[in-house]
Amino acid sequence: MEINESLIRKVAEVARLELTDSEIKKFTPQLREALENFSKLQEVDTKGVKPSFQPVEIKNVLREDVPKQCLTQEQALSQTKHKKDGYFKGPKVV
Amino acid sequence: MGVKEFIENAKSGSIDIVEHTHRVLDESKKLAKEYNYFNTVSEELALELANNIKKSIKSKDSRIKNKKLFGLPISIKDSICVKGVESTAGSRILKGYRPLFNATVVERAINEGAIIIGKTSQDEFGFGSFSVNIGLGFKTPKNPVDPERSCGGSSGGAAGLAKKASFPHIAIGESTGGSIAEPASFCDIFGLTPTYGRNSRYGNIDFGNSLDKLGTLGKTCYDVALLEEVIAGHDINDSTTINAPVDRYSDLNKKNAKKMRIAVIKESFTEGLGPAVEKKVWGGIKKLESEGIKYEEISLEMPIRYGLAAYYMIGTSEASTNLAKFCGMRYGNESELEGNFNQYFTKIRSSHFSEEAKRRIILGTFARMSGYRDAYYIKAMQIRALMTREYKKAFKKYDALVSPTVPILPPKFTEIAKLTPLQNYMMDVMLVGPNVCGLPHLNVPVGYEKALPVGMLLTGDHLQEKKLLELGNLFEVEDV
Repeated sequence: MEINESLIRKVAEVARLELTDSEIKKFTPQLREALENFSKLQEVDTKGVKPSFQPVEIKNVLREDVPKQCLTQEQALSQTKHKKDGYFKGPKVV
Repeated sequence: MGVKEFIENAKSGSIDIVEHTHRVLDESKKLAKEYNYFNTVSEELALELANNIKKSIKSKDSRIKNKKLFGLPISIKDSICVKGVESTAGSRILKGYRPLFNATVVERAINEGAIIIGKTSQDEFGFGSFSVNIGLGFKTPKNPVDPERSCGGSSGGAAGLAKKASFPHIAIGESTGGSIAEPASFCDIFGLTPTYGRNSRYGNIDFGNSLDKLGTLGKTCYDVALLEEVIAGHDINDSTTINAPVDRYSDLNKKNAKKMRIAVIKESFTEGLGPAVEKKVWGGIKKLESEGIKYEEISLEMPIRYGLAAYYMIGTSEASTNLAKFCGMRYGNESELEGNFNQYFTKIRSSHFSEEAKRRIILGTFARMSGYRDAYYIKAMQIRALMTREYKKAFKKYDALVSPTVPILPPKFTEIAKLTPLQNYMMDVMLVGPNVCGLPHLNVPVGYEKALPVGMLLTGDHLQEKKLLELGNLFEVEDV
């Protein structure tokens, strides 16, 4: 797989980042160098090894289903200027 | 005056907590200006907490005297939420965010009488080893020993402050890939990163959910142990916390340490290690030997060889999903709602994340994309399982593993500027193993070389932080 400018541009778009031309020029060789180095992971035989998604094994943890006080609507909305009729207001979808 | 003596004196009534807190805030503001250790000094909160303690002393409430952190100044890394105090994780995208709640560790510290003095500076979201990858508009903290050099990262402000403050103080930091031990090493202090899940992550602004560990930094081993004892333990708000009893970490017994067996990791003394660091770390090992502690040398290939790659794949993957929520809505930095949602989110994210955040988001997004996921993300998780297996085998025989904390002495900012991102990432080579596998580790200062501090790393098995603290406590003598 080749790490080139068009791949970096595509990945950035997926991540909702718009990179400037100079950022693309700077990042491409840097990310290529990093990913080439990290490709050494492929050397390791991991056949049949269960991925360790957590460093310490955990099981499903449930808490008792009892109602408790959470943030009020007013509190939840207190950090933004974009609100209307008790709701968050966002940019238009279409 | 040290932490222990301060708390004893404060409890005896010989220190006026409010007056003391005023002096602490004055010095903190000075250090914020000269050394950039704070993103925010929380003056109002600190004085409120100090006044509360003063009032409860007057009310003769007997419970107040049992508080373990009675009136003690505690700083909080900026990535950890403090109610009503701007908490940004060092990022412009979170500018203006004042959490509506305290992180569990902050709540527990306050309940034990802590005075929260402010939010310490860091690499943006923890993305760095030198605290130079700061968010747009933030300032890089300077090494307390030599201000032309880095104090390490990402908990750089925490470590610098822990060393430089003349007042008694312990810091709460956070480590994803080495961000407590590394700055502790560069700043000549102790830094404890406990087992993953020992401390609650509730209220931490996430970097990597399977990697983030909140921990403590301080001038003595007792200091980091004391604060850890307060903040550790199961938390209903974090389902990944471990439901096991918390040891009395601050009850450190030198006799226990002398019975321990340790192993030196051979691979950590090979390529890229500076001679000054090698000399001082061996000095530390010999010091342990002189205390009657036997050591052997062992090979631990997997963590040193593959740890870094596994760490960066797991860390950036998790970071890229965590950072997806920052989009200029609900809290943090906002702009006028222009364009459709894709345009608005893209504009906010592109203009408020710094370069390193963008690089890591791209790396992580790539590693999770269809076609690459198995080769990078899943593979890294499998390698974590193999690394853990190797560590667990070693811990059947040894109580702790020893290596240098960082391969080099604290570098000058001019030297750091010449490094590529990959060379920057290599700084974490000794630290990623324990961090990826969730193992507790402690930086122990082992003296100065060329007038710069060197740190030795002790790594233990899951939930064995007490052993590391007892070993580290042997270094609390002036002859190191």
